[in-house]
Amino acid sequence: MPVLTPDTARSTSNTWPQVREAALERATALPFPTADEEIWRYSRIAELDLASFHPAATVSTITGVSEGARVTHVPASAASVDASLTNLFDGARGNDLFSELNLAHMDVIVVSVARNTVVSQPIVITHTADVDGAMCFPRLVIDAAENSEVTVVERFVSADGVRSLVVPVLDARTAQAARVRYLGINELGTESWLIGQHQSVGQRDSDTLLATVALGGDYARVSTSARLEGQGGNTRQVALYFAGGTQMHDFRTLQEHAAPRTTSDLLFKGAVQDTAKSVYTGLIKIHKNAKGSAAFQTNRNLTLSHGAWAESVPNLDIETNDVKCSHASTVGPIDEDQLFYLESRGVNPDVAQRLVVLGFFDEVLAQLPVGDLAAPLRRQVAAKLSIGGAS
Amino acid sequence: MSTLQIIDLHASVGDKQILHGVNLTISSGEVHAVMGPNGAGKSTLSAVVMGKPGYNVTAGSILLDGREMLGVPTWQRAAAGLHLVMQYPTEVPGVLLNDVLSEALKGRGRDGDIGRLDTLLRTEAARIHFDEKFLDRPLNVDLSGGEKKRNETLQMSVLKPAIAILDELDSGLDVDALRDCARRVMDATREDGLGALVITHYSRLLEELKPSRVHILVKGRIVETGGPELADVLERDGYEAFKNA
Repeated sequence: MPVLTPDTARSTSNTWPQVREAALERATALPFPTADEEIWRYSRIAELDLASFHPAATVSTITGVSEGARVTHVPASAASVDASLTNLFDGARGNDLFSELNLAHMDVIVVSVARNTVVSQPIVITHTADVDGAMCFPRLVIDAAENSEVTVVERFVSADGVRSLVVPVLDARTAQAARVRYLGINELGTESWLIGQHQSVGQRDSDTLLATVALGGDYARVSTSARLEGQGGNTRQVALYFAGGTQMHDFRTLQEHAAPRTTSDLLFKGAVQDTAKSVYTGLIKIHKNAKGSAAFQTNRNLTLSHGAWAESVPNLDIETNDVKCSHASTVGPIDEDQLFYLESRGVNPDVAQRLVVLGFFDEVLAQLPVGDLAAPLRRQVAAKLSIGGAS
Repeated sequence: MSTLQIIDLHASVGDKQILHGVNLTISSGEVHAVMGPNGAGKSTLSAVVMGKPGYNVTAGSILLDGREMLGVPTWQRAAAGLHLVMQYPTEVPGVLLNDVLSEALKGRGRDGDIGRLDTLLRTEAARIHFDEKFLDRPLNVDLSGGEKKRNETLQMSVLKPAIAILDELDSGLDVDALRDCARRVMDATREDGLGALVITHYSRLLEELKPSRVHILVKGRIVETGGPELADVLERDGYEAFKNA
């Protein structure tokens, strides 16, 4: 059953191999990024030697597919696909080297939901990157037709010590009045790298949630961009990130308002311990025609050790006056008064720190699209805290 | 039976000497009031007894049942039986009362009470007219001044310390909340043998929380100690008469 969207209604001359070949050509012509470019500033991109990795198929499992959702898995080896899928990639282009490489080598999973259909159960996709020296390119397309609703969880896992590179792309399309909830969970092992992109486009009165939980990986970077193209559309972007050891979590966010009366809200909360690092840079961009829009951006960071480092850079780019915008960002250690309060009740300092850190993250956990996952993720955070141990 | 002895306590904040030799002894079941004008060192005294960071003890002793508390970490002072009801209870986002009290009881080896903590909390909440819906809120977040003090009183009731310092319990309280909290403290002195060191500006609080001893703290020293009638003298004459003592 082809999915009927405005894109697919248009005829296209693209063939499946051409999508990939054109992307590979563009990728080959692009220079390798450097930290001199603002978008890669603070990153560890200079440490990456792409030539030391070989492209490999993504190992993925999909569970929780229930009535109403159509899930199509197209491995990189597929020579041709259904025309409706080719049409989804009509005019597809990456916006940087890694998204072009993803297009060129992608293993695609498409989740389509027909109009007026509510998929009640979350679809859970798990990618396992357990081959040393392998790089994989999963691409997830969530295509939610008018007034449909779907929740997708995408997990990235690998074993500790495996040097793998994951270059994922999320492409979420939220049609008029549709509701898309996405949660990406990075549970990668100690040596894996992740360089990923989340992109969503929301149409009129749509509602999109892009959530991220980053716990794993050596260097893990996600650029998340939520674009609102239809009036009354709404997006929420939330993230919990917690880096320890020598890990680095790196986030670049964009809230783009390209239609009137659109709203966006962003809450990113992170913690760094040991000598770990984190970067948050975020931009709210409001186009001239997006009158009556509201955009909020909050980034809060806890530095739990003297050797840990977090950077937070919020930015606004607003082309019209008729908007409501705010941004807030903080970087600092745990509040001493909060610790003293708990200790004055007789809570030992390690436990007090653990409670305060978990409490700090609670605001994000409460907003995750799959409530059942909050408790196990909370336990993973607790287990990772080098202070206080797990309980 | 417990006794807290504060002996010749000198303390400073930064370069500023605040306490210049405070002497005070309080035992189980007693209510003592420490009264004094602004800047007398009342809050410093309570912070130092509990071991709050940022205060330097330059001389003296704080003994709980003969054991030196100076140098003992705050949480162990609490586990030993000291408690501070704070003037401005800190908001701790995302941290639930239940979790904190569970950990606090665990630290005191009261595992049996952890199992029935929920019931304990509900019973205690009812006693002081603390709305049960606040029990599930993160600590002190979005609570009014009165609710925060009820929350403080509730925690004290559950933890059952030997000696509690109540730092300006009356600040930010309306009459009803003041009565509820004060009565609960009085009950605890009778039921659990709580020793309550009540720090306050005003004698109003002492109409509900009836002290057996009143100490007047001026410029970091206790300048006068007497019975409850001393509070009446203060009410009539103010602190002026004691300022040059």
